[in-house]
Amino acid sequence: MKLLLKIWRQQNASSKGKFVDYPISGIEGDMSFLEMLDVLNQQLIDKGEEPVVFDHDCREGICGTCSLQINGEPHGPDRLITTCQLHMRMFKDGDTIVIEPFRAKAFPVIKDLMVDRSAFDRIQQAGGYISVNTSGNTVDANTIPIEKTKADDAFNAAACIGCGACVAACKNASAMLFTSAKVSQFALLPQGRVEATQRVLSMVRQMDLEGFGNCTNTGACEVECPKGISLENIARMNREYLMASVKG
Amino acid sequence: MGILDSKVPSGPLADKWTKHKNEINLVNPANKRNIDIIVVGTGLAGGAAAATLAELGYNVKTFCYQDSPRRAHSIAAQGGINAAKNYQGDGDSPYRLFYDTVKGGDYRSREANVYRLAEESVNIIDQCVAQGVPFAREYGGMLDNRSFGGVLVSRTFYAKGQTGQQLLLGAYSAMNRQINRGKIQAFNRHEMLDIVLVDGKARGIIARDMVTGEIERHGAHAVVLATGGYGNVFYLSTNAMGSNVTAAWRAHRRGAFFANPCFTQIHPTCIPVSGDHQSKLTLMSESLRNDGRIWVPRRLEDAKAIREGKLKPTQLKEEDRDYYLERRYPAFGNLVPRDVASRAAKERCDAGFGVNKTGEAVYLDFSAAIQRYGKEKALTSGLKDPDGETITRLGEEVVEAKYGNLFQMYEKIVDENPYKTPMMIYPAVHYTMGGLWVDYNLQTTIPGCYCAGEANFSDHGANRLGASALMQGLADGYFVLPYTIGDYLSKDIRTGKIATDTEAFDKAEADVRGRLQQLLNARGDKSVDYFHKKLGKIMWDKCGMSRNAEGLKEAIEEIAALRKEFYANVRIPGGMDEMNTELEKAFRVADFLELGELFAKDGLHRKESCGGHFREEYQTEDGEALRDDKNFKYVASWEYKGEPKDAVLHKEDLVFENIELKTRSYK
Ligand SMILES: Cc1cc2nc3c(=O)[nH]c(=O)nc-3n(C[C@H](O)[C@H](O)[C@H](O)COP(=O)(O)OP(=O)(O)OC[C@H]3O[C@@H](n4cnc5c(N)ncnc54)[C@H](O)[C@@H]3O)c2cc1C
Ligand code: SF4
Ligand code: FES
Repeated sequence: MKLLLKIWRQQNASSKGKFVDYPISGIEGDMSFLEMLDVLNQQLIDKGEEPVVFDHDCREGICGTCSLQINGEPHGPDRLITTCQLHMRMFKDGDTIVIEPFRAKAFPVIKDLMVDRSAFDRIQQAGGYISVNTSGNTVDANTIPIEKTKADDAFNAAACIGCGACVAACKNASAMLFTSAKVSQFALLPQGRVEATQRVLSMVRQMDLEGFGNCTNTGACEVECPKGISLENIARMNREYLMASVKG
Repeated sequence: MGILDSKVPSGPLADKWTKHKNEINLVNPANKRNIDIIVVGTGLAGGAAAATLAELGYNVKTFCYQDSPRRAHSIAAQGGINAAKNYQGDGDSPYRLFYDTVKGGDYRSREANVYRLAEESVNIIDQCVAQGVPFAREYGGMLDNRSFGGVLVSRTFYAKGQTGQQLLLGAYSAMNRQINRGKIQAFNRHEMLDIVLVDGKARGIIARDMVTGEIERHGAHAVVLATGGYGNVFYLSTNAMGSNVTAAWRAHRRGAFFANPCFTQIHPTCIPVSGDHQSKLTLMSESLRNDGRIWVPRRLEDAKAIREGKLKPTQLKEEDRDYYLERRYPAFGNLVPRDVASRAAKERCDAGFGVNKTGEAVYLDFSAAIQRYGKEKALTSGLKDPDGETITRLGEEVVEAKYGNLFQMYEKIVDENPYKTPMMIYPAVHYTMGGLWVDYNLQTTIPGCYCAGEANFSDHGANRLGASALMQGLADGYFVLPYTIGDYLSKDIRTGKIATDTEAFDKAEADVRGRLQQLLNARGDKSVDYFHKKLGKIMWDKCGMSRNAEGLKEAIEEIAALRKEFYANVRIPGGMDEMNTELEKAFRVADFLELGELFAKDGLHRKESCGGHFREEYQTEDGEALRDDKNFKYVASWEYKGEPKDAVLHKEDLVFENIELKTRSYK
């Protein structure tokens, strides 16, 4: 396959970026999207140029590090996968591919395609935990039976990998899907109920402080989410928030 | 035993840990506030240790190279975590878990450590459930279990195919709680490039801010390394792209002994290599061997026809298939330990029975399981005389509920539907049992430098059983290290803050700068990846699934030569005082190029086969590993003396008081 890549290059957070064209050939369908970028980078290094910087680590769709906007879609054209799981067989010979970083005010660019998502960590630090000591003096696990459907729903919410595609997909750059996934996981479990009120208030407050936009229910986040995190979580968080605001 | 003192407490096996905990020195809460601890690595081991240490009252600084602690490679663990809960009532106990682990490790691990691990396993599950980890449950609301290789009980807890993710997010949430309390300061996108010793004790690290390129000094009363495994010395492995040995290797160069570097686990069920562009390998969880049957064609001509695309696996009749694991190991069948399963696959492929284009793949087939589950489901849903199609559909649904995400992952990569045609799999480098030598307290041979998780050597001997790395990481992190380190720190309550404007830090920083500059100055014409791939090929061909003296000797020479070429000819664009991903890679590969040589040296010296270390010269008539307990029942612990080839061997004799040494048999 021969392709034309239009890639966002930006030296650092304070410099202005621009698109640069890179024609590339010899790409095979079995390559992953990131392996295609490896090929490009190898060529750039051989020419003595600086390689394109992008975030990645596990390359199997679980760490949530990779984060590209490909032809306008976070994680590219395929569904329920991350960029590292996208394969070149999704493209055709002669295609032009536009590659950008995830765009959001709360995700400033670090270099080229790499962005700073530490805002997500701060939302979790505001309350995304159960306040239990980790020294091992807990009750036997099976003394807390949990209905299977509840446990499964909690698991499904907990499957979020914190990639930020939901934010990048949203025209308001809202972080509701991400935040609601964590709030839901704990809201669904008896262990998490104890601090539910405080948790949702703190996490939502932090989310707003970080400069994420409001949710206007367009649902673009759910479509692009690689882990199929459902909009129901946002509805649940809204309920939790309302209840908490009344109480608190 | 010479200078290696394992500090294993005396007394009966089952009482050692409790007794030890009662006897070690404690630091009172007021004093803990004046003590700083650096934890490098925020995977299960580091994340759990950081959270508990902070909870106990110490001031903790954590470091990781990813942009968030949540992304450490523990996140990728799929299958599950062991614990001797005996919820299934199938006769499990801490003793049995201990026994299985020592036997699975081919009698090359330390009894007391393994027993402690088995004991603590029970607490891990309680702890994680309290934290809100959503483990799989049965309809009655109780926790569910599955089986893993090398054992005859069902003791593996899991969260679909994302157990590591859920456990790591649990540890991350515990860390977040402490960050919110101001007890942990997290330095993400920071890479440790050296450890700093003051008067022989670990007192800090030199780290590089990967965003700005700034070199930083951090002082502390103790340093914990929980930096994961070094499987990426093979270039291709199931590890994350950034997984590296640098932290451990730098400590090794400053005095920490490196134990059993050649003990590497090659995992039997990974997606085969598809071409030269391959950047990493993807694991298909061992849990699949609960239901998948492994086979190759019985006849060479069928294998050839399949490779050429003239025959499909589904067209091959039952009697034309060789379920070689079931044939060779009737007692354990498809659930033999990993080292055994991997070698058996290699043996069949080397003999010409491989089933993909390159001849390096075998089948993992779910059709029998789909039929079995389908019939069961039809019965329980009250369907009388269901037709074949219905049975298949129902069976596929059951299999999807169990392994859906793995099947999806497979389909995305290989572009074939594993419900309809068997998966193709091949062994790949997965885990490293070797690592920094630690005593019972998890302290390395550098006072004040501790090591936890995959980075240490301690619990898995020559082969790790499935679902026991997560167990070890969390046991080390939550329940062992936070207490044993107190014994050491109790002597430090009057030390005061560790200053970093001292000669020791000056020198360490200058060293790091010098090394980075040296790499940049080479200005050669080959990329870092070029050298990493070359190293990987030497390792895979000569230090991989089977090894022999000749190959290992060649590897030693070739790696040393490659290292020389690397320093002369590597090309790194950009500079030091900015984000520079090539420079990061170069620093890691430089250390792999030293470790690789020590790895081969260790493999050469160990003239026996045990666990993952298979020396062709030492095998039984039917090709099984031939251990030599008389001469090699020890931990090989290497002291750094300049070049890897000059490393000096120290032996820690392994004493087995509670388990009789036997030839491992899974027949
Ligand atoms: C694909 C896969 C599946 C697995 N499945 C299972 C399973 O089902 N059950 C099981 O028990 N085990 C499994 N394992 C093994 C298990 O996941 C690992 O052994 C374990 O998670 C390692 O944890 P750790 O905390 O020691 O290290 P890691 O989780 O690897 O963490 C290492 C940490 O160190 C940091 N780090 C490394 N170097 C530096 C440096 N120089 N400076 C700063 N920070 C650094 C990293 O940023 C990271 O935070 C699996 C492994 C893989 C690869
Ligand atoms: S909700 Fe989905 S898209 Fe958003 S961070 Fe989580 S996994 Fe990524
Ligand atoms: S690199 Fe880990 S999810 Fe893509």
